[in-house]
Amino acid sequence: MKPVNRASKVRTGFHQAKWDEPIIFELSCKGERGILVPRPEKKILKEIKNPVDSLPEHMIRSKPPALPEISQPRVLRHYMRLSQQTLGADVNIEIGQGTCTVKYSPKINDRLADCPAMRELHPRQPEESVQGILEIIFRTDHFLRQISGLDMFSFQPGGGSQAILTMASVMRRYFKTKQIDDKRDEIITTIYSHPSDAAAPAVKGYKIIYIGPDKNGYPDFKAFKEAVSEKTAGFFVANPEDTGVYNPEIRRFTDLVHAHGGVCAYDQANANGLLGITRAREAGFDMCFFNLHKTFSTPHGCGGPACGAIGVKKEFRRFLPGPLVRQRGGKFVLEDPGTDSVGKVRSFLGAAQVVLKAYAWIMSMGPEGLYETAKTAVLNNNYLFKRLMENKWVDAPYIRGRQRIEQARYTLEKLTKETGITTGDIQRRMMDFGLHYWTSHHPYYVPEPMTLEPTETPSKEDIDEYIATLEHVFKEAEQNPEIIRTAPHRSVCHKVDSSVSDDPARWAITWRSYLKKYKGTKQDAAR
Amino acid sequence: MKTLGFIINPVAGMGGRVGFRGTDGMAEKAASLGAVPTAHQKAARALAEIKCPYQILAAPGAMGEDCARSLGMHPVVTDTNRPLKTTQAHTIAAAEKMLDAKAALILFAGGDGTARDIYKAVQDKIPVAPVPAGVKMHSPVFAKTPEKAGELAWHFLSGKIKLTCTREVLDIDEDLCRKGRIMTRLYGYLEVPRKRACLQNRKAGSPLTEQAVQNLIALYITDKMQKDMIYILGPGTTTRAVSRALGLDSTLMGVDIICNKKILCMDAAENDILKAIHSRPFKIIITPTGGQGCLLGRGNLQISPEIIQKAGKKNLIVIATPEKLAGLQGNPMIIDTGDRQTDHMLSGYMKIITGYNETRIYPVM
Repeated sequence: MKPVNRASKVRTGFHQAKWDEPIIFELSCKGERGILVPRPEKKILKEIKNPVDSLPEHMIRSKPPALPEISQPRVLRHYMRLSQQTLGADVNIEIGQGTCTVKYSPKINDRLADCPAMRELHPRQPEESVQGILEIIFRTDHFLRQISGLDMFSFQPGGGSQAILTMASVMRRYFKTKQIDDKRDEIITTIYSHPSDAAAPAVKGYKIIYIGPDKNGYPDFKAFKEAVSEKTAGFFVANPEDTGVYNPEIRRFTDLVHAHGGVCAYDQANANGLLGITRAREAGFDMCFFNLHKTFSTPHGCGGPACGAIGVKKEFRRFLPGPLVRQRGGKFVLEDPGTDSVGKVRSFLGAAQVVLKAYAWIMSMGPEGLYETAKTAVLNNNYLFKRLMENKWVDAPYIRGRQRIEQARYTLEKLTKETGITTGDIQRRMMDFGLHYWTSHHPYYVPEPMTLEPTETPSKEDIDEYIATLEHVFKEAEQNPEIIRTAPHRSVCHKVDSSVSDDPARWAITWRSYLKKYKGTKQDAAR
Repeated sequence: MKTLGFIINPVAGMGGRVGFRGTDGMAEKAASLGAVPTAHQKAARALAEIKCPYQILAAPGAMGEDCARSLGMHPVVTDTNRPLKTTQAHTIAAAEKMLDAKAALILFAGGDGTARDIYKAVQDKIPVAPVPAGVKMHSPVFAKTPEKAGELAWHFLSGKIKLTCTREVLDIDEDLCRKGRIMTRLYGYLEVPRKRACLQNRKAGSPLTEQAVQNLIALYITDKMQKDMIYILGPGTTTRAVSRALGLDSTLMGVDIICNKKILCMDAAENDILKAIHSRPFKIIITPTGGQGCLLGRGNLQISPEIIQKAGKKNLIVIATPEKLAGLQGNPMIIDTGDRQTDHMLSGYMKIITGYNETRIYPVM
C-alpha cells in the first residue's frame, strides 16, 4: 500500500480521561455483594457442619476482615476507569522509558499463560501431572544457557532487584564455603549501573565501592584498579550501562577481579541489544541475570508478575535457589536445593506463567529472530540518536563517533541554559501528547538528562512521531515556555509534589493507615 | 501575611555581555561598551511565579522598587533615598533592613558577588531565593532559572515548603584570578528553601534528600570513631552533620577538634590543631566545596600542609554526598594547599565516603 503522509505527527488533540475515581474502600456500601454464594444443601450441611469449626482456633479471625462491599459492575467500572488513567504500553509509543525495554509483547502469549492448563495448575500437584510446565522451564533454562554461555539457570527471583540480591547471596555462600566470607566484604559497581547493583549487595551486608566513568564514558579503569583488592567479593556491572555506551574492554575488568580472587556478576536485566552478539561467559562473568519481562517480552511494567532469571557457571550451581528442574530417565523432576543453596527466594517454582511466555517468545523468534531483535533494536536506536543529535538542543555526553547500543542518555543542558526549561518540565509536557519520557536515576550525573530506548518494536513511523513531538516541545520552549512550565494540561493529574515521600509522617500506604492519619478514625483491625 | 524582601543588583550580568569576569566596579565601563541591564527582567520573571498573597519589602529604585511597581505592586521600600549609582553597601544595607523587618524570605537577583553581599548582611538568619542574573554563578545557592527561584519563593511563602537547606556562597578568588588562575573561594553559607522536583511519570523511587545522605555519612563516621583518636573536622554542611550526630556544637565555617565524641576545641587555628595532635594519633575529616570540588586550600587553610603531611593520605577521611559529586560533572577534585609536595602526595585517586558503608573512588588533582 502506498504510504499516506500525515499532515502532523504530533497528537495535539490527545486528552486523557480523568475520573476523580475514589479509592475502592470509599465505594463500599454495606450489604452490597459481588457474588451471592448459594447456601449448601441440608444434606451437605449435616455432613460437614460448619467448616470454619474445622480450622485451628488460632487461625480464626475474631472479626471478619474489613473489605469493601461492592457489586460486580461497580468493581468493573472502578478498574476500567483506573486503567484509562494510565498510559500503558498498549496505547503509547514506548520509546521514552529508557532502560526499561518496553517492547510489544504478543497477546497470544498472554492467552497461553491464561489457558486452563496453566491457570488451573496447583503448585503442590505431583510431578507426573505437571510434566508440561517442567519441560518448558527445563527447555527455557537451556535456551538461556546458550544465550549467556553459562551453565544453569534458576527462575525463582521475582524481578531484577531480587535477582541481584540472589547473585549477592550466591556470592556470600560461595565465600562462606571457602571460609573467607569475613575477609571479602567489598562489592564494586559503577555509577551508571542500575542502583540495585549497589543496593541489593548492601542488603547482604557488603560495603559498596562506586566507580565513575572516564572521559569516554567507560568505567574508569584506573579508579577500578584502586578499588580491587583482596577484600573484593565481587563486581556487579551492566554493560552497556544506562548511557548506552558499551565497554569493549570489559574483559580487562573481569580478569582483574578474578586475579584478586573475586567473582563477577553481570547485570543483564536488559540484554536487548546483545542477543546473539556477545555473551556473559566470553566477557568473563561468573553469573548473570536476565529480566524475562524486558528482553524476553513477558511483558514489562505495572509491577506485575516478573522474573529475573539468574544463571551461573557450574562451580556456583550448588548455591542456586531451588527447586531446579532436571531430566531423569526421560522425565522431568524437581530437585530440592542442597544444603549449600541460598534457599528459596520465592515460593514454589517462581512465576511459572512468566517463564511460559518467555519460552513462547523465544520459540517464535528462533536463533535468527533473537539476533534480528538485537540488530533491529540497535538500528532503531541509531536512527533515533542520529536524528536527535541533529537538533540544536540535544547532546549526548562521552565518546563521540561511536554508536550507542540499544539506548542512549542525552543532555538538554543547552535548552535549560537558554530557555529555563528543564528536563523535568519536558517530561511533564510530553504527557500532554500521550507519550512517556524518562530523565535518569538520581542524582543526575548527566545534567538535564533524557534517556530513550526504542527497542525493536517501533516502526520508523513511530520513531518519527516521537521525534516530531519532542521537536514540537523544544519549539514551545523557545516560543511559549509558559505552556511547558505549567504542564501537563491534558494528562490525568498535574504536578505531583513528591516532597511527601520525604515525610514518613504523611505516608499512608494502607487504607487503615490513611483513616488513622487523615480521618482520625481507627478501623476495626481484623486479626 | 508574610513579607518578601526583594533586592536586585541592577548591574548584575552586564559585564558578561562584554567579556568581563564580573560586573563589580566595572558597570560603567560595561555600559560604555554597549551592555544593557537585564537583571530586573529576570527578577520580574521570578516575581511573576509567586501566586499567593504576600507583602513586598523592596530595596529602593532600580534595586527592586521600580521593578515591583512596573508589575503593578505597591512595595514598602527599605529606604526613601534612591541611589543613582548602586554599590555593594546598598545591597548590604537593604538586606539588613529586611532582617530588622523580619522578612520571611529574600528574593534577590544577581550573581556570586551579590550572594556574598547578602550573606554578609543576613548569614543564615533569613532564607533566600536567589535569581540567577549575574556573570558568575559558581555558588550552588542559585536556582536553575528565574522561574524556579520564583516558584521556591511562592512555595515557601505559602507554607508548602517549610524546610531549608544550607548552600555554599562561592566566588572567584580575586588574588588567584589576577595570577591567571580561576579558582573559587568559600565565603559562607545561605539558607535556601528545600524543594524537591515536581515530577510526573516517576520511574525511580524517591531519592534520599541530601540531608538524609549527610546523616547517613555522619552515622557511618561516628560508628567507626576510635577511642582516643583526635578528629580534625573541616568546615562545611557535610562535616557539620558529624558534629550533629554526636550532639555537639560546631562551627560551620571553621575547623573543630573532637576526641572521644567530645569537643576539644572549636574554630581551631593551625596552632590549636598542632597542639592537639602533638604526639597523638589523629585523622582529618573534610569535604570538598560544591561546584568546583576544592578539597584543601579553600576555606580550610587552618589544616596546613604540615598537618596534612603529619596525617598522611591514609588518615584523610573525605566525605561527600553523591549529589555533591554529581555537581562536579566528572571533574577531578582540586587540592591547592600551597605546598607542591603535599599536593603531589594527595593527587591520584581517593576513596570518598558517600553513604553508610558506601564509598566512591574519585580522581584528585
